[in-house]
This record gives sequence, C-alpha cells and structure tokens, in this order.
Amino acid sequence: MVNPAEDLVHTILTIPRLRPRVFLVSAGLLWFAAYQALAPLADALVTTLPVASGSHLAETIRFFLYDTPKVLLLLTGVVMVMGMINSYFTPERTRVMLAGRSEGVGNVMAALLGIVTPFCSCSAVPLFIGFVQAGVPLGITFSFLISAPMVNEVALTLLFGLFGWRVAGLYLALGLTIAIVAGWVIGRARMEAYLEDWVQQMPKSHAAEVSDAMTLADRIDAGFASVREIVGKVWPYVIIGIAVGAAIHGYVPEAFMARLMGREAWWSVPLSVLIGIPMYANAAGIIPIVEALLSKGAALGTVLAFMMSVIALSLPEMIILRKVLKPRLIATFIAVVGSGILIVGYVFNAVL
Amino acid sequence: MSTEEVNVSSVKVLGTGCANCKATVRLIEEVARAKGRPVTVEKVEDIQDIMKYGILSTPGVVVDGTIVHAGGLPPRAKVESWFTD
Repeated sequence: MVNPAEDLVHTILTIPRLRPRVFLVSAGLLWFAAYQALAPLADALVTTLPVASGSHLAETIRFFLYDTPKVLLLLTGVVMVMGMINSYFTPERTRVMLAGRSEGVGNVMAALLGIVTPFCSCSAVPLFIGFVQAGVPLGITFSFLISAPMVNEVALTLLFGLFGWRVAGLYLALGLTIAIVAGWVIGRARMEAYLEDWVQQMPKSHAAEVSDAMTLADRIDAGFASVREIVGKVWPYVIIGIAVGAAIHGYVPEAFMARLMGREAWWSVPLSVLIGIPMYANAAGIIPIVEALLSKGAALGTVLAFMMSVIALSLPEMIILRKVLKPRLIATFIAVVGSGILIVGYVFNAVL
Repeated sequence: MSTEEVNVSSVKVLGTGCANCKATVRLIEEVARAKGRPVTVEKVEDIQDIMKYGILSTPGVVVDGTIVHAGGLPPRAKVESWFTD
C-alpha cells in the first residue's frame, strides 16, 4: 500500500522525466511568482521583528532578507538554464565549430562560445591541446581560454543581482572585448613556436562531429546537475557577500576606500591588477570583496579590473599552462590580457 | 554472484588532480565495492599521458582501454553501468 503523500511526491518527481515541457513551463511560472513575492515577503518579515521601522538596523535586516533569496533564486534559475544550454555546446562540438576558422571572425566566435561551453579551469590544458591539435588557430584558442572563465554565468548573475544590469552588461561587453582583442593580438604575434616541444610534436587530429542523442528530459537532468554542482558550491559565498554588504553599509566610514581605490588615484588600477594575479578565486568568492570595496567608495573601473585579474590571470593557472607554453608565450599572454584589463579599468573610471 | 557479471580488469581515471578527479576515483571504488567486485583504480596524472587519450575535459575514465566518460563527475548510474551488462 502506497500512502497518498508519497504517491504525490513520486508523481511530482517524475514530471521532469515524463513531461519535460510541462515541467519547464510550470517551473518557470513558479520561479517568476517566487521572485515577485520576495520584496513584499521581506517587508512583512521585517515588520514582525522588534526593531523600529525605518531604523538603520531594520534597513540592514531588510536588505539581507531580500537580497539573499533574490540572488540565490536568480542564480538557481540562471544556472539551471545555462546547464541546459551547456548540454548543446560540448567542448567537442565547440572545437568542430572553431577548427580552421580565420582570425577575426574566429576570435569573436571563440569568445562567444566561451560563455556557453561548460568549462572548468582544471580542464584548461587538455582543452588547449585538443583545440590546437585539431587545427584551431592559436589566437582563437586563446580567445576561448580567456573568455570561458572570465565571462561566466555566475559572475554575470551576481553582478546583475547585486549591482544591476548596467554593471553586468558592461562586464559582459568588456570581458568579451578583452578575450577577442587579446586572442587576436596573440594570434598576430605568430607564437606557435613557443608551444612546448611535445605539444608541437603531437599528431594532428581531426575534429570529428560528435553525435548527440540527448532528449529534452536529459537536458533538464543536466540543468539539475549543474544547479547541484554550482549553486551547491557557491551559496556560502553569496550569503557571506550579502552579509558583508549589509553590515558595512553603516559601520565603515563611507570614503574609507576612496583614497586608496578611488578614481583620483591613478595607480590604483595597475595595483589592483597586480594584487589580483596571485589570488585564485572563483567569481562567487570574489563578490563579497567587490561588494565591500564598491560600497566604500572604490571606483567601479578599479574594482572590475581587480575582479577580472583575479579570475582571468591566476598564478596557479599559469603554473598549469606552463606545461604546454614556453615562458615567452606565457609572458605575452599575461602582458596582453593584463593591458586589456588595465585599459578597461581606466576607461570605466573615466566614463562613469 | 550473478552470472551476468562483467569482469572489469582495469579502470583508469585521467585528471591532473582536481577535486572532481579525486571524487571520481572515490565514486568508482565505492560502486565497484558495492557490486562486490573491487577494482584498483589507476590515476593518470601526467598531462602528456592524459593527452594520449585525446579527451578535451577532465576527469576522463578509461575502462579496459575504452574512454567511457570525459568531463565532470560521472553520475552514479553511469558508473554502475560500467560494471553491469
């Protein structure tokens, strides 16, 4: 005898498998309704607390109660959708699309594919070699390798959730520009001879189209898997980030960082990039710091340059890449990407 | 023991030592034990050796010389399928 409650749970759990379209539409509606309900719910919760409404403490609590579920909900939604989109763009398929492309168009494509192709920095080396071996030009491979970690859905969602669509949009546009231009410059420099010898000696392979027989239900599973993996890993950083943001709004002097990282301090951009290189964090880990710096008067360009430097130019990744690149190519990579980030920092500070 | 058992003689996990690679090794050993057929999982960590298999993302899994998985932690059901027919 199955009890009715268990039966109901079982029925609901099988919907994504048996009725994938029904699942997607109803999950989308539920998600939207929950998102709309957050602000009134946070307000209602705050009024039940024994703090004076309108007081600083009440504002801090409201900020925390509203922003935490908002950002986590956004993140879950975006990661779910990106997990499904990722299932169309396997690294193998991306390689087929990029093999033999000419420079220019190829760099733009590589940077864009970097957003939608699943990428983990631990796979950077196999991916790099696999691309070069199959005839993806070196500069185009670099465009992909720069864009993939830097322009990712977690960074963009967090920037959107905490600082609005302008900052997220600028980060997207500038990240893509750096990936495209830096890859193009590295490609023009004709540095194929600075790949390690064993990489150059590897037999050329043919990038074959891979068959892909995924159903919509399989893609939904892939979406769930990335939610478990990414949101499961990232949520503590999000909560810490928002708590830091909520706490320091009132308790650290407003202009504390302005002198060090404000737009008047010209040296702050290169300094931020330099500090960022030995740091190794994912987009989520860096967000609390970004939030803290920004709210204390650091200039946006300086902070974004710092964030990009931490994500795109990390020392541990250089050590891994050193196995396939000779020092001169690594130095060129750091110089080109670093200059791109510097320019972004200065342009941002000048324009905004 | 069931008669449909597949005798897996070698399992290799290809990866440079990332968290997912270690988790994959643990998962395979656990599943193999649960199936009553413990295997020794060989870790291939040298990048030149890994690249001989031509995978694009790690961890990769090679069962009896065939690549059966590449990229991310394999789902448990997939691991189980390597040990059953």
